[in-house]
Amino acid sequence: MKEAEIRRLLAANLLCVFTIVLTAVVPAFFWDGFTILGTHLAWLCICSVCVSTLNIILHLVLKPNLTPKRSSFAHKISRFLKCCIYFFMSCILFHAIIVLYGAPLIESVTETFLFAVLLSTFTTLQCLCMLGPNIQAWIRVFSKNGAMSIWESSLQITTICSILGAWFGAFPIPLDWDRPWQVWPISCSLGATFGYMAGLIIAPLWIHWNRKQLTYKSR
Amino acid sequence: MQRWPVLLFLAWVCFLFFAGIGLFMSGFLLTRIELASSSSCSDPFVPPSWERQSLPPGSCWAPQRFSKAVLVIIDALRFEFAHFNPAKASPRPYENKLSFLHHLVTSQPRHARLYRFRADPPTATMQRIKGLTTGSLPTFIDVGSNFATYAIQEDNLLAQLVQNGRRVIFMGDDTWEGLFPKKFFRSYFFPSFNVKDLHTVDDGILQHLYPTVDSGEWDMLIAHFLGVDHCGHKHGPDHAEMAKKLTQMNEMLRSLVEHLGNDTLLLVAGDHGMTETGDHGGDSEKEVNAALFVYSKTPLFGTGPPEEPEAVAQVNLVPTVALLLGVPIPYSNIGEVMAELFSGDGDAVSAALQQLLVYHINAKQVDRFLHSYSLVAQDLPAEQLQHLQDLFSGAVEEHAQLLAQVQRPTLVPPELESRLGSLIGRFQLYLREARAVCTQSWARFHPLRMVGGCTLIAASCLLCYMASELATASDSFYRSCLLYPLLWGLVVAVLLGLAHAFTQNGLDLLLVSSWAAAASQLGFFWHWWGWHPKRARLVGSQPPLANVSLRQRLQAWLQLAFPMGILLFRCGAMFSDSFVVAEARVAPFLLASLVMLLIGKLHWDGRLTVPEGPKQQLLGFSSYRREIWYLLCLVAMLLVCVRLSSFFHQCREEIPQCRPSLFLSPLASLRNTRAKNLFYLLCVALLAGLVCAVRSWLRHYGNLNSSDPLVLFVRWGFPLVVLCIACYWAVASSADDSLGKLQELVQVAVVAFPWAVYGLASVGLLLLLCNPMTVFAKDTRESAGSIVTPYLGVPSSEVDFLHVIPQIYKRMQESQKSCLERGGCRATVAAYGLGSVYSAALVIALTLLGFLLMLLHSERLSLAFLLLFLEAFVLLHIHTRARGLAGDAEPFSVPWYAVISWLLAASQFFYSTGHQPIFPAIHWNAAFVGFHLDHSTNLLPAVLVGANTFASHILFAVSCPLLLLWPFVCEMPSSQRKKPKKEPREELQEVEEHMMEMRLRESPEKFSIALLQLGLKYLFVLGTQLLACVCAAMILRRHLMVWKVFAPKFLFESLGFVVSSICLLLGISLVMRVDCAVSTWFSQLQLR
Repeated sequence: MKEAEIRRLLAANLLCVFTIVLTAVVPAFFWDGFTILGTHLAWLCICSVCVSTLNIILHLVLKPNLTPKRSSFAHKISRFLKCCIYFFMSCILFHAIIVLYGAPLIESVTETFLFAVLLSTFTTLQCLCMLGPNIQAWIRVFSKNGAMSIWESSLQITTICSILGAWFGAFPIPLDWDRPWQVWPISCSLGATFGYMAGLIIAPLWIHWNRKQLTYKSR
Repeated sequence: MQRWPVLLFLAWVCFLFFAGIGLFMSGFLLTRIELASSSSCSDPFVPPSWERQSLPPGSCWAPQRFSKAVLVIIDALRFEFAHFNPAKASPRPYENKLSFLHHLVTSQPRHARLYRFRADPPTATMQRIKGLTTGSLPTFIDVGSNFATYAIQEDNLLAQLVQNGRRVIFMGDDTWEGLFPKKFFRSYFFPSFNVKDLHTVDDGILQHLYPTVDSGEWDMLIAHFLGVDHCGHKHGPDHAEMAKKLTQMNEMLRSLVEHLGNDTLLLVAGDHGMTETGDHGGDSEKEVNAALFVYSKTPLFGTGPPEEPEAVAQVNLVPTVALLLGVPIPYSNIGEVMAELFSGDGDAVSAALQQLLVYHINAKQVDRFLHSYSLVAQDLPAEQLQHLQDLFSGAVEEHAQLLAQVQRPTLVPPELESRLGSLIGRFQLYLREARAVCTQSWARFHPLRMVGGCTLIAASCLLCYMASELATASDSFYRSCLLYPLLWGLVVAVLLGLAHAFTQNGLDLLLVSSWAAAASQLGFFWHWWGWHPKRARLVGSQPPLANVSLRQRLQAWLQLAFPMGILLFRCGAMFSDSFVVAEARVAPFLLASLVMLLIGKLHWDGRLTVPEGPKQQLLGFSSYRREIWYLLCLVAMLLVCVRLSSFFHQCREEIPQCRPSLFLSPLASLRNTRAKNLFYLLCVALLAGLVCAVRSWLRHYGNLNSSDPLVLFVRWGFPLVVLCIACYWAVASSADDSLGKLQELVQVAVVAFPWAVYGLASVGLLLLLCNPMTVFAKDTRESAGSIVTPYLGVPSSEVDFLHVIPQIYKRMQESQKSCLERGGCRATVAAYGLGSVYSAALVIALTLLGFLLMLLHSERLSLAFLLLFLEAFVLLHIHTRARGLAGDAEPFSVPWYAVISWLLAASQFFYSTGHQPIFPAIHWNAAFVGFHLDHSTNLLPAVLVGANTFASHILFAVSCPLLLLWPFVCEMPSSQRKKPKKEPREELQEVEEHMMEMRLRESPEKFSIALLQLGLKYLFVLGTQLLACVCAAMILRRHLMVWKVFAPKFLFESLGFVVSSICLLLGISLVMRVDCAVSTWFSQLQLR
C-alpha cells in the first residue's frame, strides 16, 4: 500500500517537473524570440498557469485527501471562492514580504507581483489543493510531526524547498558579473523554480528512505 | 556579586583581540621605506661628452630655463572645470568658467597648454602635496594621518630650491606649514580645515598675491587656493557657488598673468578632482582627473597644442620644474620629465638633443634611486629590476654613441632625427616601466605577522565561545581561566622585556603585547584542558551516559546551526568585493531572514499553538495563542523599520546608478525654504517625541517619581537638551547671507549651542554615574504622621473645610484598603521603579548618547536615529516574546540569535546613518560641531568624527545588557500599570509576583555570570565578523579591489570592533554601577 502510494507520488511529482521543463521549451516553438531570460514575464505567467492547472487536475484525479462526506454544490462553490480569495491574499502577502526584504518599491512592480504569484503557485496553491481553505490544517501540517500522509510530507518538503530556493536566488544579485539572469527577479524566480523541482524529486526519495520511521497517526 | 573579575575578564579578551588586530595591521598596512638621501648639485649627472661650460651660472644638472616660477594650486580643480568648450550652449555651473585659460591657449598656442593631470590615489590633499613635491607615491597608510600632517622627511622640490639658495614664498592652505616647517622665505598660512568656510583662504591669498609678485623678492611662489574644494564639499560641483568661485579664480589668473615678467613660468594645477558629490579620496576617474595649465611669456613649445589635451602623471611635474629652474631632481623622484617644455625655439634637431639631455638626466636619477632603494628594501622584484637595468644601460650606451656621432657631423638631419626620436622613446619606456614597477609593488606585506594576527584573532574567538559556554561563578573558574592565563601573559611580557633590556634592542611594544596575548591564550587553553570537569567525567567509564550526552550535544549543535548559519553567511559575504560593496543591503536581508526563521522555528516546534489542541474550529486562527498576533505585529514592524532605514543610504562609487539619499545633505543646502522649514519642524518634533517616549516609558515603570537629581534631570534637562539642539539646527541651517548684521551673533550661537548640549549631556552622564537610582521609596512603617496637613488658625471659611475633609476621607480609605489587602496593617516599604532600575539607567544613558550623536549628524538623519531606537525596542520585545513562548529553562542566558540580530542591526544602522566603509564617505563636518575655527589638537576632532562614524556601534554596544534585562522588565503584565513593586522587609515575604529585575539581584552570582556570558557572546560574534574581514584582506591581498574595498573595510571593521568592545565594557560597567547603588540602597533601608 505504502509502496504503491509512494510510486504514485513519484509519478505525479515527475509529471510536475516535466511540465515545468516543458514550459521553458515548448513556447519557443510557437513564439519566436521566447526565452526564459529574454521574455521572463511571459515565462512567469506561463509557468504559473501550467503548474496550477496541472496541480488542480492531479488533485481531481488522484484525490489524495479522502473526504468521506459528500458536500453540496453550493458548498463546493463557496469553497472554491474561498480558495480564490486565499490565493489572491497570499499573492499580496508574498509581494509585501518581498518588498520588505529589499525589492524595489515602485519600479518593476509587475515583475515583483508575478514573482509573488509564482511563489504562491508553488506554495499556497499546493496547500489549497491538498488541504482546502482550512488554515487549521495548514498550521498542523507545517509543524513538527504534523504530516498525516505521504502527500502532506511531500507538501512540507516542496514548500520549504521553494521558499529556500527563492531565498538563495537573491544571493547572486549583488555580484558584478553582469549576467542577464542577475536582473531582478529572474534569479529569485529561477531559484524558487529549481527549489520546487528539487523538492518534488527529493520528497518521494526522502519518504522512501524514511518509510520505516514515518508513522502517520490518523486524526 | 563579582564585579571586578567579570570586567577584568572582558577587558582581557578585548586586549587579546586588540593585540591580534595590531599585529595584523602592522603586517598588512605598511608604509613605503623613505630614503634619507638627497640629491645635490655636484652629482655627476651631466653626460661627460656634453659641454659642462654650457651650463649657465646658477644651474645644476641642466641649463636653467626660467629664473622664476609661480605655482598656483587650485585644490580639487577637476579637468572639466578648466576645460573650455565654446560650442556648449548651456554650460553647467562648473563648465566654461575659466575662459582666460582658453583665451591664452588659442591666442598664444606656443606659450600655453592645458593638460590632463592624472593624480595617483589616494586623492587626499596631503598625499597629493607629498606627491607633487617629492615625486614619489605615498602609500595607503598615509591616508590615516590626514589630521596630523607631519613634516616630509624625503628629499623634495622645496628642499632642493632652498638648498640652492632660492627664495620660496608660500600662501594659502596651512597643511604646507606642517609638511615643510621653516622652508619658506616668507609665508602666509590660512586655516584649511573648516570645509564650510569658502572664502578665508582665497581672500587672504588674493590680498598678498599681487604685492608679493610685484616686489620681485622671490624665485618660487606657491599659492594654494582652497575655495573650490570647500565649495565642492559644502555644495557639490553642480551649484551656483561653484560658478562664483571659478569665476573668481579666472579673474585671479587674468590679473596674475598681467603681473608676471618674461622670465617667469606659470603653472596652474589641481591636486585632485572631485566626484559628483564634491568628495575625493578614492581612485575613481573623476577624482584622479585634475587639470594642469602651463604658461610663460616666452615661447615654451616647439609646436602647437594637440587636438585632445595630453595626460601627464602628477609626479611628472617634479622633475620638470626642477630642471626648468635649474635645481637637482629630488632623490626619490620616479616621475618623468615633460620633454616638450624643453624643446625651446630652435630647430627640430637641437630641440630633440635638448630633450634627450633632460631624459638622460632623469633616467640616471631614477636609476640611482632604484639602486639605492633595492639596497635598503627587497620589495622590488629582482628580475624586474634587472630588466630595468638592461633597458637603462642599453639606452645610455646608445646615447653615448649618438652624441659621439653628433660631434662629427656625419649624420644627415632626417636620419639623425629618427635616431634621436627612437632613443627618446627608449628613455621614455625605461622611465614608465620603472614607475609601473614601483606602483605595483609598494604595497608590501609581512605574511608572518599577518598570519600571526589572524591566528590570534581566531584563537580569541574560540576562547570567547568556550568561555561563554562554561562560565560559572566559582572561584576555580576565575582562577584557572583568568588568573593563571593573565600570569602566563605577564611572565612572557616580563621575560621579553628583560631579553630586550639585555640585548639592548629597541623594544617593540606591539610584538611584546602580541607574544603576551598568545601566551595567555595558551595558558587559558592549557588550564581549560585541565579544569574541564566534563572531560574527566566522560573519561570515567560510562559509555551509555557518554552516548546520551553525545546525542544531546548533536541536538545542541543543531539548535546552534540556525543563528550560526546566518552569521556564517554574513562572514562569507566579506570575501566577495561585490558583497562588501552591497553590504548595506546584505545586513538588513540577513536580519529579516534571521527573525523570520526564528518565527518559523517557533511555529515548527509548535510553540505558537495552544498545546491542548483545537477546541473551536469556527475560526481558523483559534488554535493560535493570543500573543502570536502581538508577535506578528512586532515582526511586521521590524521588517518595516528595516525597509525604511534603507532610505538613508550613502552611495559608493562602485555602483554608478546609485543616488545618495536626500536626507544626508544638511538642511542648509536645501534651496526650497518651505521644504526646509517642514523638514526642520519634522526633525524637532521627532526629537520631542523621543523625549516624550522615554519619559512615558520611565513613568510607566515608576522611575520618574523620585526627586533625585537624576530624575529631575530627566524631567527638565532632556527638554532643555532638545531645545538647544533645535536652536543649533535652526542657526546652522539658515542661509549664510540672509542674516546680514546678525552674522556675528550667529557665529557665536553656532558654537554656543553645541557646547550647551555637550555640557548638559555630560552633566546628565555624571549624575547617572553618581547616583543611578531612579527609585522612589515610600516608607509606610512610621505611619503616625499627622493625618491632616497642618493649617493655621481656626477654619474660618468653607474653603478650608473643603480642603480638609477630602484628605481625611482619602486617608481613611487608603488605610482601610491596605488593611484589607494585607490582612493587617503591617509596615511596608513601597519602592516605585525598583523593578526596572537597571534598564532605566541604561535607557537614560542611551537617550543622552543618542542626543549627542544626533547633534554630530546632519539634521535629517535624526529620522534614522528614531528608526534605530524603534527597531532596537521592537527587537527587544521580539526577543522577550520569543523567549516567553519558547519557554527557556535558563532565564539568565541570552540566546545566540538575539546577540546576532543585535549585531546585524548595529551594522545595518552603520549604513542607515549615512556611512560607508570608504574614506570619502566619512562625515568630516562632524569635527566642526561646536568648533568654529581650526582645532588645536588632533584628538578632539578624531573623537568627534569617530563618534559620528560609529554612532550605531556605540548605541548598540552600550545597550547590549538590555538583551539580558528586558525579559525581566517585561515580566509585569501590562494591565497592572504603575503598580509599585512592594519590596518586602525581611519578615514579610508574601509578595512575590512582580520581582522583575530584582530576580537578578536575588542570585547575584548568576547575574554576574550572565553579564559575563553576554559580553563574551557579543565579543564572539563581533570577533567572528572581524576574523572574516581579516582573512579576506589577507587572502585577497593581491586582488584588484584590495585598496578600494577590502582594506578600507578591514580598517572600518577593526575600528568598529575597538569602539564596540569599549562601549560594551562601558555598558556592562554601568549595570555594575547600578548594582552597587542598589546594594547600598538596600543596606541603608535595613539600617533605618
